[in-house]
Amino acid sequence: MKTKPLLIALLAVAVAAGPLATLALAQDKTIYVPLFVYRTGPYAPSGIPNANGFNDYFNLLNERDGGINGVKIAIEECETQYDTKQGVECYERLKGKATFVNPYSTGITYQLIPKAPVDKVVAHSMGYGMTASADGRWFPWVFNFPMTYWSQASAFIKYVGAQEGGIDKLKGKKIVHVYHNSPYGREANPTLETLARKYGFELTLLAVDHPGQEQKSTWLQVRRINPDWIYLSGWGVMNQVAVKEAATIGYKMERMVGNWWSGSESDVVAAGDGAKGYKSMTFHAAGPGFKVHQDVFKLLYDKGKGATKRELVGEVYYNRGMINAMLNIESVRTAMVKYGNKPLTGEQVRWGFENLNLTEQRLEQIGMKGMLQPLRVTCENHEGNGKAAVQQWDGRKWTIISDWIEPIRDVVRPNLEAAAVQEGGKLGYKMRDCSKEK
Amino acid sequence: MGDWQFFALLLSNGILIGLMYSLIALGFVLVYKATDAINFAQGEFVMIAGFVVVGFLISYGAPLWLSLVAALLAMIAFGFGLERAMLRKLIGRPIIAVVMATIGLAAVLRGLGPLLWGADTKPLVLPIGDEPILLEPLFIPPIQLVGATVSLLFLGLFGWFFLKSRKGIAMRAVADSQQVAMAMGINVERYFALAWAMTGVVSALGGVIWGNMLGVDVHLSLVGLKVFPVVILGGLDSIPGAIVGGLIVGVVENVAAGYIDPFVGGGTKDFAPYVVMIIALMVRPYGIFGKQIIERV
Repeated sequence: MKTKPLLIALLAVAVAAGPLATLALAQDKTIYVPLFVYRTGPYAPSGIPNANGFNDYFNLLNERDGGINGVKIAIEECETQYDTKQGVECYERLKGKATFVNPYSTGITYQLIPKAPVDKVVAHSMGYGMTASADGRWFPWVFNFPMTYWSQASAFIKYVGAQEGGIDKLKGKKIVHVYHNSPYGREANPTLETLARKYGFELTLLAVDHPGQEQKSTWLQVRRINPDWIYLSGWGVMNQVAVKEAATIGYKMERMVGNWWSGSESDVVAAGDGAKGYKSMTFHAAGPGFKVHQDVFKLLYDKGKGATKRELVGEVYYNRGMINAMLNIESVRTAMVKYGNKPLTGEQVRWGFENLNLTEQRLEQIGMKGMLQPLRVTCENHEGNGKAAVQQWDGRKWTIISDWIEPIRDVVRPNLEAAAVQEGGKLGYKMRDCSKEK
Repeated sequence: MGDWQFFALLLSNGILIGLMYSLIALGFVLVYKATDAINFAQGEFVMIAGFVVVGFLISYGAPLWLSLVAALLAMIAFGFGLERAMLRKLIGRPIIAVVMATIGLAAVLRGLGPLLWGADTKPLVLPIGDEPILLEPLFIPPIQLVGATVSLLFLGLFGWFFLKSRKGIAMRAVADSQQVAMAMGINVERYFALAWAMTGVVSALGGVIWGNMLGVDVHLSLVGLKVFPVVILGGLDSIPGAIVGGLIVGVVENVAAGYIDPFVGGGTKDFAPYVVMIIALMVRPYGIFGKQIIERV
């Protein structure tokens, strides 16, 4: 029997039918969600739990609620390897079906910012990306709620001030910012410099070059400076090495605070007991102890439909993926209140993002009460009114140890608006009048 | 801390780290010296070795000594198997074929490691403690001391092997000319396999030492990036070159990061060794200790 021609014919049919199947899916009554993931490549240890959190939350909604108000969610993953070029390729391939994307990389976000208004696709960079894009008057299609890097850095300074007995006590203190030598890592520097001038602390900026697997010389400088506090803006292997090096030079770990991309399990386990006491900023709680997790276990994991191993549910990046998915969903749900329970256009979804009002009551309904703070987004303010907290590693798990901290908005917002004028001007944008928005 | 103390710390750290780079570079040199092949997957070999050790330690609860032995045996078997399954077929083919094969192999291993053992970072704890040894003004992390000692030991061992042992001399003959070696009755394929197995041993050692420092995940393969300035500086086929190249890269990057980075906002640490490399190549195009006839890619 000649199987080769048959095989070729079958393959040809499969190749031809593939796009048709996707088209049928897109035209069906579904909300299409492209997921930019990095399950492979050097940042996979962060990317995998994040992607799993996204998947589990979307699947949970489909299982439990039949989607969003009865409209099913169709997910399609696209592998970026945290590489800007591949991320842009993913966007170009999937933008025809998408109404919103989560770029999951500051580099990719910067590339998508000019494309989003043209393609009518919302870009949601949750806690990363370009800080200036939080000014919604200049960047209507970009959102970075619940907080930006600048707000985060100001919350760190506020926390440190409280630990020292009052923010006025920061005068004369030494703070070192050890940062990834990239646009992401440098993002907090202007805010820290402004706050150093305002509160009189001595700021030293120490860059670590990518990837950061050897940074002994940086930590010898830290040892020489002997700072009162260290703020770490690392990524990938840089974090685990930084935590280990800090422990090696005998630095008090409870005085070292990472940003929220430097505070996951993979950042601390390599340092073993040396990492105990290390802190990081966060905008959500870790752990599998919330009601939403019970639903995830019951409706997904007990039926063998979970995206990861049961014991990995609740990791920092897993929860972050879930929260990101939830914020997307609640924005779409907000838009549905106005436009109806059906697949929406990009402009309708954008309206939903801009009018998101996540109350304490709503957080309780979706099983995330206590996991993050209520949040309200407005036309002017695309980072929302989010708050940060400080979590600490006890050798086994991350636990929030501070109250929720309001950023120093009177410092951050004017700088942010000035930056928005500059960045928006570069792209040829004009500031819109939010009073005319409905 | 005074200026001279700071310099002494940078220097001592540069030396110790440099020797640890040399260990990884040694794996590269061994293969090149014996087979003329350029292995772009050296960092991934180290990563796989690290995964094997923590796999035995964590997944099977094996004691450390057993996990180390298992990693050594696994990496030797991996080296043999790789040579038999993939590289033997490339004997006599243009060198670019081997280069492309190892680049492809690196990508496969970076995917395979997390697939088999999980992508999360795993600690590789050794019974040597993390408390630095204080020799004022120096302070030396125990793992760096162990790493540097192991490097020197194995660099010496392999140096002796190539210079004095019968098998080592045969391997050099194979590298010089496969045809002539075959004509002299040397079993070329066997020596190729031996070279890859030796690389497996070095990778296992590197995986344990660097895995302790960085934790074990896909990032561990990044240590392979340091191999190239080291071996190009020292000479692609030279064991003393691996030592000297490692020391130069380690010291230059530490001193540059300590003294230049604060003024230029970073970036010199990785840049400076390459500047030194270019200058060295202008003076000695085949590297400090390299053979004068080397085909580069």
